[in-house]
Amino acid sequence: MVTVNGISKSFYDGKVQAVKSVSFDVRSGELFGVIGPDGAGKTTLFRMLTTLLLPDGGSASVLEFDIVKDYRKIRRHAGYMPGRFSLYQDLTVEENLNFFATLFGTSIAENYHLIRDIYIQIEPFKTRRAGKLSGGMKQKLALCCALIHQPRVLFLDEPTTGVDPVSRKEFWEMLKRLKEQGITILVSTPYMDEATRCDRIALMQYGEILAVDTPASIINKYPETLYAVKSAEIPRLLSDLRQYDNTLRCFSFGEHLHLSLRKEDGNALDELQEYLYGRDHRNVSITDTTPTIEDCFIRLLK
Amino acid sequence: METVIKTERLSKHFGNFIAVNEITFNVERGEIFGFLGANGAGKTTAMRMLIGLSKPTSGAASIAGFDVYRQTEQIKRNIGYMSQRFSLYEDLTVMENIRFFGGIYGLREKMLKAKGEKIVNELGLASERNKLVASIPLGWKQKLAFSVAVLHDPKIVFLDEPTGGVDPLTRRQFWDLIYARTLEGMTVFITTHYMDEAEYCNRLSIMVDGRINALGSPSELRQQYAASSMDEVFFKLAREARRTDN
Repeated sequence: MVTVNGISKSFYDGKVQAVKSVSFDVRSGELFGVIGPDGAGKTTLFRMLTTLLLPDGGSASVLEFDIVKDYRKIRRHAGYMPGRFSLYQDLTVEENLNFFATLFGTSIAENYHLIRDIYIQIEPFKTRRAGKLSGGMKQKLALCCALIHQPRVLFLDEPTTGVDPVSRKEFWEMLKRLKEQGITILVSTPYMDEATRCDRIALMQYGEILAVDTPASIINKYPETLYAVKSAEIPRLLSDLRQYDNTLRCFSFGEHLHLSLRKEDGNALDELQEYLYGRDHRNVSITDTTPTIEDCFIRLLK
Repeated sequence: METVIKTERLSKHFGNFIAVNEITFNVERGEIFGFLGANGAGKTTAMRMLIGLSKPTSGAASIAGFDVYRQTEQIKRNIGYMSQRFSLYEDLTVMENIRFFGGIYGLREKMLKAKGEKIVNELGLASERNKLVASIPLGWKQKLAFSVAVLHDPKIVFLDEPTGGVDPLTRRQFWDLIYARTLEGMTVFITTHYMDEAEYCNRLSIMVDGRINALGSPSELRQQYAASSMDEVFFKLAREARRTDN
């Protein structure tokens, strides 16, 4: 569906290497996540795949069309929702949608079934100008406009950034329903907790891919045992654990600290407890826990 | 204890729309106070009243002892503010940003020099001091933006989603900076969409439809809502919302 082979892009005469020889494949019908913080290169990657930017090196194809030679064909069959709202602010909801449908030689009526679930939520405001919509409504309109020409593959660049957890969950449920209609979806996000909603993910940082796999198998590859540690005094516990000889990694995760040890032999936990007791930590709880994608990302960071 | 933020039935109406509906809460000196809520719940409107940018419709509030109706200039002098959107000037260097913001807050040359040195060393930015802010990684930018927001040692710093889009490691380093400041007595008022960060607050409030529907420490709220995580607490509360940002 999408094949990326060592694609690169730099800006400012090569001073900023936004994407560095990135390769991965996306299969037909997949919900594929590109996960990474701001500046990882997600937007540049998506802009190359949607034929809006030319790569400096490497190659890629979307729906078996080359992103440089066959850009017109890709534009006909791919949908793209940029991270920044880019519809016409002074056209109404309906006018925007009509405009995009017309560009692709279709009509709202013809493809209404594709957008119905999403469009009915904004239809009551169809005469409102797009610029006057709330964030959540703009996002839904942008998604409808990206879908109206019945794309076979959809690129969504950070659709949930700055959106609260409840609305983010709703958005992912919309994506799941689109996937069930057979659309291949590539979505980028800085939120690590959204990774598990994807079939497969690519973790990205500084223009490079750190890992590509299913979320479950990225988690399974976490090499050490991960412990959730807690006491009454978390900041002091964190500082003492970071000074501990056998600590490999220790970071705060919500109400717990997540800890991995260098040596994990039989006595490791007893020794740890002794060390913490010696430093006046009381009521310490240490339990095994399953790593999250965020634990894995931190481990892979350079 | 010294109360540095005090609000009493604070409200803001826009025509018939009640954006903030009689919110009452206090924040004590040195606290990290989390201000949560779904998009459209009224957080930004409430925050704008607290930092002296928007006049309340009714109710009372004082920030660092200054009244939000009459003493907005004094409020601005005694607080720091940082948001994800506006932080630093991209086409100024690291040091130029520090000097610029320090100058605005009226810091003297000698003081400013010492502070500037301290900040770049603390953040490991010493060798980047003369680089344009546009060219440094986002994570560093956000840490620098925080240090600049507290350059004038404000009593309270307001942080509006300071860690959005930042990588998980930098997000944690950012919180290390926050902790270090609260130990010196600074009060931190913060909004975030990361529920793990809600756990790092001493106390937090959750706004639903313009009201504060929950207020307490993370463990109190988890207990009160019979939830195993703040994520769950947030979902239980936000589900009650009638008003979405639609």
